[in-house]
Amino acid sequence: MITSLLELEELANCKRCDEASIVEELRVCIGSSCVSRGADEIEKNLKTAIENKGLQNRCRVKGVGCSGLCANGTLVSHYKNSTKENTLYEEIILDDVDALVASIEEQKSYSLKVCDTNQLFFTKQTKIVLENAGIIDPNDIEDYIAHGGYATLFHVLHEMMPVDVINEVKISGLRGRGGGGFPTGQKWESVYKVQSDQKYIVCNGDEGDPGAFMDRALMEADPHKVLEGMIIAGFACEATKGYIYVRAEYPIAVEKINRAIKQARKLGILGNQIAHSGFDFDIEVRLGGGAFVCGEATALIASIEGNRGNPRQKPPHLSDYGLWGEPTVLNNVETLANIPSILKNGGEWFKNIGTPTSTGTKIFALTGHIKNTGLVEVPMGITLRELIFEIGGGVSDGKALKAIQTGGPSGGCIPTQFLDLSIDYDSLKSVGTIMGSGGMIVIDESSNMVELAHFFMDFCKSASCGKCVPCRVGTTQLTLLLEKYIAKEATQANFELLKELSKVVKGTSLCGLGQTAPNPVLSTIRYFESEYLEGIKND
Amino acid sequence: MADIVDSRYKIIDQAMRKLGYEKSALLEVLHIAQETFGYLDRDALKFIAKRLKAPYSKVYGVATFYHRFTLKPQGKHTLVVCLGTACYIKGAKEILAALETRFAIKVTQTTNDNLLSLLSARCVGSCSIAPVMICDNKTYGKLTIDETLEKIEEILS
Amino acid sequence: MIKQKVRVKSFKINDITVTGRSDQTLLEVAKEHDIFIPTLCYLEGLSCVGSCRLCLVEVKGARELVPACTSKIKEDMEVFTTSEKIDSHRKMILSMIFSERSHTCSVCEANGDCELQDKSVELQLDHSLVPYIDSRFAIDASHKNFVHDPNRCILCSRCVRVCNEIEGANAINIGGRGINSMIIHDMDEPWIDSQSCTSCGKCVYVCPTGALYEKEITKEDVTTKREIIRNLLKNRAENE
Ligand SMILES: Cc1cc2nc3c(=O)[nH]c(=O)nc-3n(C[C@H](O)[C@H](O)[C@H](O)COP(=O)(O)O)c2cc1C
Ligand code: SF4
Ligand code: SF4
Ligand code: SF4
Ligand code: FES
Ligand code: FES
Ligand code: FES
Repeated sequence: MITSLLELEELANCKRCDEASIVEELRVCIGSSCVSRGADEIEKNLKTAIENKGLQNRCRVKGVGCSGLCANGTLVSHYKNSTKENTLYEEIILDDVDALVASIEEQKSYSLKVCDTNQLFFTKQTKIVLENAGIIDPNDIEDYIAHGGYATLFHVLHEMMPVDVINEVKISGLRGRGGGGFPTGQKWESVYKVQSDQKYIVCNGDEGDPGAFMDRALMEADPHKVLEGMIIAGFACEATKGYIYVRAEYPIAVEKINRAIKQARKLGILGNQIAHSGFDFDIEVRLGGGAFVCGEATALIASIEGNRGNPRQKPPHLSDYGLWGEPTVLNNVETLANIPSILKNGGEWFKNIGTPTSTGTKIFALTGHIKNTGLVEVPMGITLRELIFEIGGGVSDGKALKAIQTGGPSGGCIPTQFLDLSIDYDSLKSVGTIMGSGGMIVIDESSNMVELAHFFMDFCKSASCGKCVPCRVGTTQLTLLLEKYIAKEATQANFELLKELSKVVKGTSLCGLGQTAPNPVLSTIRYFESEYLEGIKND
Repeated sequence: MADIVDSRYKIIDQAMRKLGYEKSALLEVLHIAQETFGYLDRDALKFIAKRLKAPYSKVYGVATFYHRFTLKPQGKHTLVVCLGTACYIKGAKEILAALETRFAIKVTQTTNDNLLSLLSARCVGSCSIAPVMICDNKTYGKLTIDETLEKIEEILS
Repeated sequence: MIKQKVRVKSFKINDITVTGRSDQTLLEVAKEHDIFIPTLCYLEGLSCVGSCRLCLVEVKGARELVPACTSKIKEDMEVFTTSEKIDSHRKMILSMIFSERSHTCSVCEANGDCELQDKSVELQLDHSLVPYIDSRFAIDASHKNFVHDPNRCILCSRCVRVCNEIEGANAINIGGRGINSMIIHDMDEPWIDSQSCTSCGKCVYVCPTGALYEKEITKEDVTTKREIIRNLLKNRAENE
């Protein structure tokens, strides 16, 4: 049990001196992408090889979370405590293990696979949420503490009042990273103000956007940061119980979070009387079941309560009537992971990153026809051009860029004329798309936009919960209509219907899923109308 | 109870007991049952419904809402092709089509010899190595059609 | 949970000033003042789910249309129950309802006594604005008294709610998801095999279409039975 900041610091120091005897670390990425390429085997073999050479007292092998450049996995970095030097190796396979360990023995670098960390992919990023990703061992709470973890929580619990915390978050300007961009401080305040014996904090780790994996990486790389953010949220809103709703498709994230919870409980960082402060808070994990709609706030609540994930009409909002009918805060994983840094450095500090209305950083999952696929964290307000061409390395296979899709099935496409657009909530909205949760799909000239619109509509159709007519029937009708375009058998009348139906589904559906499902169609019509007209047969 | 003869029912019953036979634990229990049986048949669902004192129609309604649960037994091997956006852009549809042709089954079906079930998923969170498939819980990425077919043959043989 | 005191509120519907209690919905107040709003999933005495979307109205200042059946009234709000936009949206929604399953009215038991037909008259919809989705489902006539014909179901969930909330049998639910949603008995078993159904018939008499009907019964008896059950619901609602 740790009861004070002093004890926490002692533990951190103790861990650090531990570290001091070990002068080097081999950090193997055990993020999902790398694991699927055999990273766990590599980690095991590296351990054995290090031991075989008797180097284990000098160099420790540890598994760390995703550091972003998944395209070039498996990533292994070699860290020297004395110089704080970190050499990154890319595309490491089992055959590299012996040579890599030999080079460590000889105090040389394994030049064959060195990854240049001075490239823009690394230098243009600002890591706040992902500061520990690729550095700490997500299975080890002490490693988190040694890197300053939970110190903010202790400070908050002992030195601050809930209103102070809320105020700081309000000053920071932090907006929800789950897609909607609602101001987090305001959300917390409304729940804080409601009188109730029982309140809940729910963390949305459903990550439904099919082409995004920010939250997954975060939960896998630094689960304690999410917990710390949640506990602070609990303190600020006077809630005593938290739930993390994670999609079942993310077994590794579930495992990491569950382990983190156990470790935190053991140290008294979760449970009754956290840090002797008189504040109780505990967290449980709930699994999703392959239903995108369960990312929607009211559906998620229904799902945690053990029901079909049908949304319900709002109001009442969750702040008045949430989980089990009690006031509830629902925040996205990344939103909560921003909290410890905000309270550590202050709201003003955070506000100075990004743009005035979109503060801080945002993690994006770069995928599609782009050279550097992977995760990046950048300050809000960076331009698409910088993100795609400088950080992302441009379009793959030497093809030309056609569009960038953001916001997944609820979002839209941005054509190339907007490459210098600043990435923030408002600018993206002005061109007909949304920030969304951070999926960014780069589309090259060889792709057909009607097919892409069909892909998303078909997704919405199969994700629709079926409760309300416009979404249940409308997404089906729209999917069928789009199929006519793909088969080049549409008529002019179909085009009018496509537009009219999109408008009705958007304007009359019950929840966000139906209300945004037509967006990919509307945005591709807006910028790529000719591709629709090509699908109209002339007779 | 005669129902509990099957040891797998015991596992599920233990899980329910641990969860205090709470009705809200239905999803957790279904996850455990799916894992234990590999699928959820009506007998298993009825057993769960009785133990949790939940209506049959409710349990069935929940089990069929979440696509993670399957009501039919799966083949010896399961192959999940990711059809998320990143994988779609990188040609997952063509890979799926090739698999469907090769094994003469449609997605969600199982081969006649019960060797292989073909499934699809909407993003498994490994988009950076798209296109992705998961075979018997192991993830494979950056696939071409030929590689995919080769891998499967290897696994099935 | 927070309980709020009930107050009297006055506001405007179609520029007419009306009053109601703060715990009432827009639809309830509109009905009390004889202002027409089309509904399908709503039924007095059952919980409101807001799923058919026919009752959408415009509220001044609101970004989107709001369903009258689930929206509580507010002081000074200004509501419009018709407009060009509302009318065209309602017609499109009703078309979607018709397009989802095969409503062959000429052979339907409920022909002439169907709320769905009534809506097309009320909204002056003489043909569907969207193509029909070709779908056919097996009819369940296993029950000794009742028939379930999914081809005429509009998934309004009235039957589910009456069975859960009034009869307390929980014998029906919606199974599946999205466009594959279906009304199911127990574990999607033939109605006759349902261990939960008490054969009370309530579901049959709240069904707005011919998806649930009683076998071998005269039109008069249908009317009487429906009145009995609807009155029961009404009285329960008033006594609450
Ligand atoms: C259909 C639908 C799916 C959603 N999926 C997610 C999701 O996967 N993850 C998420 O954080 N938010 C998702 N959201 C947004 C949430 O409803 C909610 O606004 C968010 O979790 C609030 O957290 P934030 O304020 O921190 O962003 C979804 C919304 C809709 C309508
Ligand atoms: S909009 Fe779609 S997902 Fe949302 S309630 Fe309606 S049918 Fe369900
Ligand atoms: S007859 Fe009565 S008990 Fe049976 S399904 Fe209908 S409402 Fe429920
Ligand atoms: S069977 Fe009738 S009452 Fe039940 S959902 Fe279908 S249309 Fe509505
Ligand atoms: S998973 Fe290894 S770098 Fe992303
Ligand atoms: S789209 Fe296939 S893993 Fe994300
Ligand atoms: S009556 Fe209001 S949505 Fe159906």
